[in-house]
Amino acid sequence: MSTGIGARVKRKEDKRFITGKGKYTDDIRGDNQAYAAFVRSPHAHARVKGIDIAAAAAMDGVIAVLDGKQLTGDGIGNIICGWAVSSKDGSPMNMGAWSALATDRVRYVGDAVAVVIAESPAEARLAAEAVEVDYEILPANAHADRALSKSAPQLHDNAPGNLIYDWEIGDGAATDKALAGAAHVTEMALTNNRLSPNAMEPRSAVAIYDASDEHYTLYTTSQNPHVARLVLSAFYQVAPENKLRVIAPDVGGGFGSKIFIYPEEITCLWASMKTNRSVKWTADRSEAFITDAHGRDHHTTAKMGFDKDGRIVGLKVDTIANLGAYMSLFSSSVPTYLYATLLSGQYNIANIHCNVRAVYTNTVPIDAYRGAGRPEACFVVERMMETAAREMGRDPAELRRLNFVQAFPHQTPVIMAYDAGDFDANLDQAMAAADVAGFAARRKEAASRGKLRGLGYSSYIEACGIAPSAAVGSLGAGVGLWESAEVRVNPVGTIEVLTGSHSHGQGHETTFAQIVAERFGIGLDAVSIVHGDTDKVQFGMGTYGSRSGAVGMSAIVKAMDKVEAKVRKIAAHVLEASEADIVIEGGQVKVAGTDKAMGWHEVGLTAYMAHNLPPDMEPGLKESAFYDPANFTFPAGTYICEVEVDPDTGETEIVQFTASDDFGTIINPMIVEGQVHGGIAQGIGQAMLEQVVYSDDGQLLTGSYMDYAMPRASDLPFFSVHNAATVCPNNPLGIKGCGEAGAIGSPPAVINAITDAIGNNNLAMPATPQAVWNAIQAAK
Amino acid sequence: MDMTGQYRIGAARDIVWAALNDVEVLKLCIPGCEEIEQLSPTTMTARVVQKIGPVKARFEGNIELLNIEAPASYTIKGEGQGGVAGFAKGSADVTLAEDGDETVLEFTAQAQVGGKLARLGSRLIDATAKKVATKFFDNFHTHLTEKGPTGG
Repeated sequence: MSTGIGARVKRKEDKRFITGKGKYTDDIRGDNQAYAAFVRSPHAHARVKGIDIAAAAAMDGVIAVLDGKQLTGDGIGNIICGWAVSSKDGSPMNMGAWSALATDRVRYVGDAVAVVIAESPAEARLAAEAVEVDYEILPANAHADRALSKSAPQLHDNAPGNLIYDWEIGDGAATDKALAGAAHVTEMALTNNRLSPNAMEPRSAVAIYDASDEHYTLYTTSQNPHVARLVLSAFYQVAPENKLRVIAPDVGGGFGSKIFIYPEEITCLWASMKTNRSVKWTADRSEAFITDAHGRDHHTTAKMGFDKDGRIVGLKVDTIANLGAYMSLFSSSVPTYLYATLLSGQYNIANIHCNVRAVYTNTVPIDAYRGAGRPEACFVVERMMETAAREMGRDPAELRRLNFVQAFPHQTPVIMAYDAGDFDANLDQAMAAADVAGFAARRKEAASRGKLRGLGYSSYIEACGIAPSAAVGSLGAGVGLWESAEVRVNPVGTIEVLTGSHSHGQGHETTFAQIVAERFGIGLDAVSIVHGDTDKVQFGMGTYGSRSGAVGMSAIVKAMDKVEAKVRKIAAHVLEASEADIVIEGGQVKVAGTDKAMGWHEVGLTAYMAHNLPPDMEPGLKESAFYDPANFTFPAGTYICEVEVDPDTGETEIVQFTASDDFGTIINPMIVEGQVHGGIAQGIGQAMLEQVVYSDDGQLLTGSYMDYAMPRASDLPFFSVHNAATVCPNNPLGIKGCGEAGAIGSPPAVINAITDAIGNNNLAMPATPQAVWNAIQAAK
Repeated sequence: MDMTGQYRIGAARDIVWAALNDVEVLKLCIPGCEEIEQLSPTTMTARVVQKIGPVKARFEGNIELLNIEAPASYTIKGEGQGGVAGFAKGSADVTLAEDGDETVLEFTAQAQVGGKLARLGSRLIDATAKKVATKFFDNFHTHLTEKGPTGG
């Protein structure tokens, strides 16, 4: 069986995962290991008047009790947001100070004020409980829509009115004019519910300080260890880069929440130096709920105008985005450049304007979560399209088709230039697979059983790769978003690929090996993928934004190009042939049309023996490359959801879910389908189950799985997943990316289906049985 | 949520009022009260153990009597820190009305929690608070009925 591009190769990494042999951060034990427990605010907003550590410091096993004044006193810098977004008046965003340990004020339940380092986790926890913090409780606010009101408590002195920025994109006047002249305008208020990321492995950090050469090693649950090292070094002044090694070993899921650099990693590194001990911290699930960056929490009103033929003439969107108590690493970009730039959807829309106000509230910071801005955009556009079709009495699929972008490249009015796609093909494929033609009969049959059956569409588009670097730089990004790779051919022909991408569930050890094995005609087992260690990998920007295929693999291809060029030169020299006649296939390097050949392993040996190399050629066979893409990639597709609702209870069952995706070239269809399954499950979770709830005064009420409902297998149907792809013209493999599509495309499909079933368009996520029942009653 | 209740106590209002201001009586009647110490006629410190849903915590805190209109009404207010479990606050407005030889006690109480208690036990707070408040006034009623002039 082939193991190359397009082969359903089983995942190489699964053997160790399913036999319990994975090595995660919490499995690491440093020399002289000690344990950290954080003292966290139970108040949403309070002044810290004093911290009494005497009782805690005297307890058994306690090595040190450290607080924010000591941390800042040692010069550890504030946590920053690395993407500068300016208000429409040109003023910079209002970033409030965020110390890893609070010094004078706490701003959300879970804000850390002190840390206990002790001999055992239990002793650390007991002592943390004995730290007495004197709080002066201040009024608090958890809700984005209240944050801008005059009565709302002020969180940061440099952010008057709790406003972080008031940003806009597009031509407001032209959009207003287009809407004024529209034959029909659909207007909606839409909330994108706040979510908790819930990676299976909680966050963890093991910091190991070596006093002999003032060197730090940090094992951590990171999607991007090099970015972590850069930020820890350059902004938080923990240690210079050459004295700081960051290792992200096996990581059990991220979904964005492990991109960011959190207070705990910073504190563990610093505490390791202070105590001259290895310091480990691992979150429990309760801690994860109050410290992992949350996602979404958008409050939007939107107007979409159509001409008499049903063509969209304009879209105007106004959004308030909750960023929580502090600005997390990429928080500013999520509701702006990752959101409003996708508001054109799959459609020709000449006029778009979007205004976004980001606000502070007394809640956990909000940042990127699977999809990051694009699910919020897709939800706005696709809820609007379905609603508009109903209001205008048009078929929702045909309304979409009428407005689809047909010619590529296509420049939208909101920055993005779509490079390739065939939106009709995805819609057609999804409609055929979902048997839309038979829906009327199924609905009738369901009605005979007393059930309300509904069907909803979502034709999503997203932007992936989060690149090119110069483009994101011009939009305020504080980093470049290229990727790097190094391909090392060993003397006997086995290959190590060192990649700056990081696998935390994506299966890179398999897919990355597939493209290498195919290129050089060797077995998959002869290829190892090395990632997640700043001492091994030259540099890397990490994995998020569905970028590892389109950007990470492209870097590997570039490095392989260089390896191949050298192999050709060596083979041509040894075989006394012309480089142009050399072919690499089936484990051999041959001269085309002759029986002259050398084994792949012989080429490596020749390169390293260096006894018979072309004049001036350096020994060895190892090449590296940095790849910076020419454009974003644009995965797209159509999802169709079919539901049955029990009108007496509001209970909703998804009876059919069909996906047709365009991800460009697919390396391993099995892994890609797995990504789609997981993404759709998360999207259905958002649409029907998940919701972070805060009380008005900022207490988190959904702090465990008793109250925060995650999707389970029984909540999900068998997914019908299909692929109708166009090739991405902007990278060597033609890949677009697949990691987030499911979570982006599915929520509007689900809500469009339920609202179709119940005949009431006013239904917020999550569509719990109670919410659906209320909507049914309201429609009566 | 406001919790309300009414008790008819077979004792004169002055006796009921005195009991409401007696630290020993409060200690006996506050559910889970391990210790109470009077700092002034209107302030006390207390240690109370409570279980709310899955969280059992020992609260160290203060009790304060305010809005005193002897012998007709006062507000009893408490707040306690439960360590990592979070905090709890509560207050009850208590009024005493004479009705012949008996006294009618009415109360309106509120409770608030924060931290882990809110995250894990929020759905159980109202029920627990109601149970605690009811238990207190039940205990109080029983105490007076058994010890009091008409009950003894």
